[in-house]
Amino acid sequence: MKYDIILAGVGGQGVLSIAAIIAAAAMKDGLSVRQSEVHGMSQRGGGVSAHLRLSDGEIASDLIPLGSADMILAMEPMESLRYLPWLSENGVLVTAAEPFVNIGNYPELEKVYGAINALPTSHIVKSAELAKEAGNIKCENMVLIGAALEYMPVSKETVLQAVRDRFEKKDPALVEANAKALELGAKR
Amino acid sequence: MNESVLLGDEALALGAIHAGLSAGFGYPGTPSTEILEYLIDNYEKNGGPLAQWCSNEKTAYEAALGVSFAGKRSLVTMKHVGLNVAADPFMNSSLLGIKGGIVVIVADDPSMHSSQGEQDSRFYADFAMIPCFEPVNQQQAYEMMFDAFALSEEKHVPVLMRMVTRLSHSRAVVHAFDESKRLPQNKLAKGDRKEWMLLPALARKNYDNMLAKQGDFVAWSDNNSWNKLVLNEKRTDLAIVTSGLGRNYFLENIEDYKKLCGDKGLPSMLHIGTLPLPRGLLGKLADSAQKILVIEEGMPFVEKRLAGILPQKTEVVGKLTGLLPASGELNPDTVRKALGLEPVPTAAGLLSQNDEAASALCEALPGRPPQLCKGCPHFDSYTALNMAVAELKKKAGEDGVCVCADIGCYSLGAGAPLNATETIVCMGASVGMARGASQAGVKYAFGVIGDSTFMHSGMTNLVDCVSTKTPVTIMILDNSIVAMTGCQKTIIPSSSFEPLVKGLGVEPEHVRVLDTNPSKHEENAKILVEEAEYRGVSVVIMRRECLEAFRIRTKAEKIKKAAEQAKK
Repeated sequence: MKYDIILAGVGGQGVLSIAAIIAAAAMKDGLSVRQSEVHGMSQRGGGVSAHLRLSDGEIASDLIPLGSADMILAMEPMESLRYLPWLSENGVLVTAAEPFVNIGNYPELEKVYGAINALPTSHIVKSAELAKEAGNIKCENMVLIGAALEYMPVSKETVLQAVRDRFEKKDPALVEANAKALELGAKR
Repeated sequence: MNESVLLGDEALALGAIHAGLSAGFGYPGTPSTEILEYLIDNYEKNGGPLAQWCSNEKTAYEAALGVSFAGKRSLVTMKHVGLNVAADPFMNSSLLGIKGGIVVIVADDPSMHSSQGEQDSRFYADFAMIPCFEPVNQQQAYEMMFDAFALSEEKHVPVLMRMVTRLSHSRAVVHAFDESKRLPQNKLAKGDRKEWMLLPALARKNYDNMLAKQGDFVAWSDNNSWNKLVLNEKRTDLAIVTSGLGRNYFLENIEDYKKLCGDKGLPSMLHIGTLPLPRGLLGKLADSAQKILVIEEGMPFVEKRLAGILPQKTEVVGKLTGLLPASGELNPDTVRKALGLEPVPTAAGLLSQNDEAASALCEALPGRPPQLCKGCPHFDSYTALNMAVAELKKKAGEDGVCVCADIGCYSLGAGAPLNATETIVCMGASVGMARGASQAGVKYAFGVIGDSTFMHSGMTNLVDCVSTKTPVTIMILDNSIVAMTGCQKTIIPSSSFEPLVKGLGVEPEHVRVLDTNPSKHEENAKILVEEAEYRGVSVVIMRRECLEAFRIRTKAEKIKKAAEQAKK
C-alpha cells in the first residue's frame, strides 16, 4: 500500500504543519513515512510545496514521481493547480477556497475554480469559514485535513492524537478548536 | 524507544552526539542550518556537547580544529558555498595529524533552491585528498557519523560528510543505536606539535605522509559496506553506477525497469557511498559490460572520472552525454527517462484531453516568487535608497551610481517592485565591489549589507575602504537577527555595530544610525544623498527589528512568563 500526497500553499500558510500532523498520525498507525520540504526562501510569501509519502513498505525516493500523487492537498486554490502533473489520473484534489493574492497577475478566480472542478474528483472547501465556526481562524489547516480524511489511510483518532501531542503543551485551547475543525472539515 | 522522526540534518546531529561529539560549530546556511540548530538546542536544554554559531565558516572550522588538537571529537557545518569560505583551514587541515576526529558536514544545493550555484563538495574532498561519505537516507546519515569519526581518528585525517537539500530537508523515522553502542566523549590529550605546524620543513613531511595514506583510503573504500556491487553475468550490454540520491530515484523505478529488462534481469550495479572512488569495485563493474550509465546527484564527479579523456573500451553515459539533465537536482522522472521507461499518465494529461481552457490555464500559472514580508524593515531601507539613487542619477548619470548588494533576506530587494540592487555575488562582496566600482569611476557607489553578513565578511572589506579612503556609502541593514536562514542570533548585538564601525576608522560624523520605517523615507533618503556626496567612507546603519524575529522573541517571552506564573 502506498499513498502519496502533495501539499501546497503559500509561505506562512502552515503547509508544513499540515504535513507534520498527517505524518505523525500515519506513523502512529504503523506506516512508513517520508516528508520532504524545501526551507528557506519560500517562507516569504512564495509558493511552497511538500511531498508526503505514506507506505506499509520501504520508500525509496523522497520526491513523488509525476503522475504518482494520490492527492493534492492545498491551502490555496491556484497553488493546487500548479502540481497537476504530479497527480495521478485517479487522484483527488482538496483545496481551501480562499485565494491568497500577493501577486499582480493572479488569474480570474472563476477560471481557477473551473479548472479544479474539471477534475474527476475534487473538493473546494470553505476552510476559512469553517475554521471561524470551529472557534479559531488558526484551525484552517485542520479543516482541510478533515476534508481529506476520507481518502487518506490515517484514522481520525490518530490525527486527533497527533494534534494533541503537538499542541497540548503550547496551547491547550487550540486542541479543542482543532478537534472541532477536523469534524467540520470531514462533513464539508 | 530509540525511534524518532528526523530531518536528514537532524539525523547527522543525533549521530554525532551518540558518537561522542564534544563540540559543533558552524554558520547558518540553507540547507545545513538545522544540523547545528539541533545541537544548540541539545546543548542549551539537555547539557549536551557544546554547540555554537560562529562569525563565518572559516572561524567555525578553525574552532573545530582546536577541539581536534585537544584530542576531542568536533564537527563543523556549512552549506556548499560556505566551504569556499572555510577552504583555507580545510585544505591545510588535510596535512595535519588530526587527533580528535573531525567531521566536516557540507550540505550542497542541487537546483540552487536557495543558493548562488550548485557546486559539488565532493570535488573539495578529492582536492584535499580526504575520505568522503554520502548518505542516501536519514538512517544512513545517522550511522555514517559513527564511521566518519572512527575513520578520522584511525587515519588522522578530516572526513567530509556530503549532504544535499533533498535529504537535509526530508523527514523519516530513524532508529538510533542502543545505549551500549553509543560512545563517550574523548579525554583531553593534545596532538603532536610536529604534525600541527605547517612550516615548510614540517609540512613537506606531513604531505608525504598524506600521500602515503592515499592507497589506504582506496582500499578502505573498496572494502566498505556502504559501496554495494551486485553483478549480473547475463547483462553484458549495460551496467549502472549510482551515487547519492541517484540510487533512490533508480529504486523508485525498479519495478517498471525489471519488466523492461525481462528475462536477462537488471544490469550489474554499483552504488558509491564513499570516496575515494572504490577502484577495485569499479574495475569489476567495467569488466562486466560495454556501457556504464552513471546516475549521480550533483555535478558529474564520478561520471567525469569514469569517462576520462583518453579512448577506452567502456562507453560512459549520463549527464555529460545528455542522457540526464546537466544541471539541477535529479528526480524520479529524469531517471525514469534515462532508463528508457515511458512516462506515467497524469491528471494534467487527462485535463488537456478533456478541457482545453482549463489545461491552458494550468500550464500558464503565474509564478509566486519569495518576497519581503509585509512590513519588513528592508522594504523601507530600499525605498529610501531608491529615492536617493534617483536623485543621484540625475546628477551623475546611469553609470554614475551603483548599488552592490549581498546575501540575506535583503537580497529580495532585487525583485519587483523595488528592483533596488545591481550585484549579488557572495558574502561580503557588496562592500568590496562598491570599493572597486568607486575606484573605477562610479561616483556614488553603495554597498548594501546585512548585520550578520557584515560580521561574516563585510568588516575586512570596510577596512580596505577606510585604509584607502575610497568614497563609498555602506548601508548596514541591522534587523538584529540572521533572518533568511530562520532567525538565528547574530554574533554580536545591534548596539555593538556603531562603536565597531567607528573603531575600524570610519569618521564618527559619517557613521549614521537611522530608524528605518515607513514615516522616514524622505528624511532617510536625504541623509543617504548627503553621505553619498561626501567623498570618503560613510556607513549608514538602518535599524529596525525583523518582524519574524520580533514575533519569535515575544512568543518566547510569553511562554517563559506563563511558566514562571505556573510555578508560583
